[in-house]
Amino acid sequence: MSGRVLMPLLRRDLLLAFRRRAELIQPLVFLLVVISLFPLGVGPGPQLLAQIAVGVIWIAALLATVLTLENLFRSDFEDGSLEQLVVSGQPMVKVALAKVGAHWLVTGLPIVLLAPLLALWMNLSAAGIPVLVMSLLLGTPTLALLGAIASALTVSVRRGGQLLSLLVFPLYVPILILASSAVGSAVDGLPYQGQLGLLGAGFILALTLAPWAIAAALKLSLE
Amino acid sequence: MLKTRDLTLDRLFEPVFAPVNLEVKAGELWLLSGANGRGKTTLIRLLAGLLTPSTGTVALCSGVSYLGHQLGVKDDLTVAENLRFYSALAGTEPETVGAAIERLGLRGLEQQAARTLSAGQRKRCALARLLLHPQPLWLLDEPYANLDADGIDQVDELIREQLARGGACVLSTHGALRPASLPYQELALQAPVYVP
Repeated sequence: MSGRVLMPLLRRDLLLAFRRRAELIQPLVFLLVVISLFPLGVGPGPQLLAQIAVGVIWIAALLATVLTLENLFRSDFEDGSLEQLVVSGQPMVKVALAKVGAHWLVTGLPIVLLAPLLALWMNLSAAGIPVLVMSLLLGTPTLALLGAIASALTVSVRRGGQLLSLLVFPLYVPILILASSAVGSAVDGLPYQGQLGLLGAGFILALTLAPWAIAAALKLSLE
Repeated sequence: MLKTRDLTLDRLFEPVFAPVNLEVKAGELWLLSGANGRGKTTLIRLLAGLLTPSTGTVALCSGVSYLGHQLGVKDDLTVAENLRFYSALAGTEPETVGAAIERLGLRGLEQQAARTLSAGQRKRCALARLLLHPQPLWLLDEPYANLDADGIDQVDELIREQLARGGACVLSTHGALRPASLPYQELALQAPVYVP
């Protein structure tokens, strides 16, 4: 019980992610494919692309996140690692934080880093790019934390993927609205701090409350 | 060390086994026996705190090591990485990993990914975890499964040392294999008595 769970688990999950690089790249490829297909589908008019840029990038990022969430706890559940973590007596809240943290570092952070490139691709005006990155920086961890609750709830369900999508999408709606509204305001030269502030508040709320929900859901899934 | 009172678990509104009253004291080895599906695994998971009892209580006053059907060995990590993770989790010295590997006869396989191990070697890897941070109570679900004769002797030897340390052990077996040279007490799980 004297051990610390946060760092060892984070290190192990990053190592595991590195061992399965192919799976790691999958959501990013998805993101790039969606965003490069859009100009082909709706026509390459720069005006039109600039208008839909934020929505497209955010929706693609959101779907890429959902795509990876199903496997967040799956392997730990199936190979018994989750049982070992529960029996070890370590606080499950820290387990949840470490799992989601590692997950965001390998799936969320690359999206944030890639966002300026995607924004140029979609012809988003320069004023919107820093705000887009900020909104993703605050928004993607919130998506991961909220999604992890649903992932923990559905981990024991066979083919829980569909159920997971149903559970998370309503929760994702406010984040999407706030983020696209923030970037839209920035592009129009209007104040956007309010929306970013609300996104930040949502992130802090999720960071403080979601781990408890995830821990409880994981314990429930083991029953 | 461990005491249960009228412990049962309902599955689909039917108890899995008759209420269990079990008291495990330091230095004792308990064997859970019963036919397939009688609830040995369920009982061990109840004792480990992974399941919540439907009725009755489990009083546990010590740390627990648990070995289940799912071994908790990560396929994509090597044997050494697997054990180092659990050692870091328990906050023990990294040297214990080398000693545990040596002890379970896994020397030479440390750098091999767990997915390439045989079922018996994976079991040994999971058993090595017991030695990283010796807990007072071991709960082992079918520890003999998949092991060769040499491995079975090693499990008995590990349990003997655990008992000599003043620890206790509860293990389940479906009857074919029993601790050969160790004194043990047996708890045979009974079918629930249906009272209309």
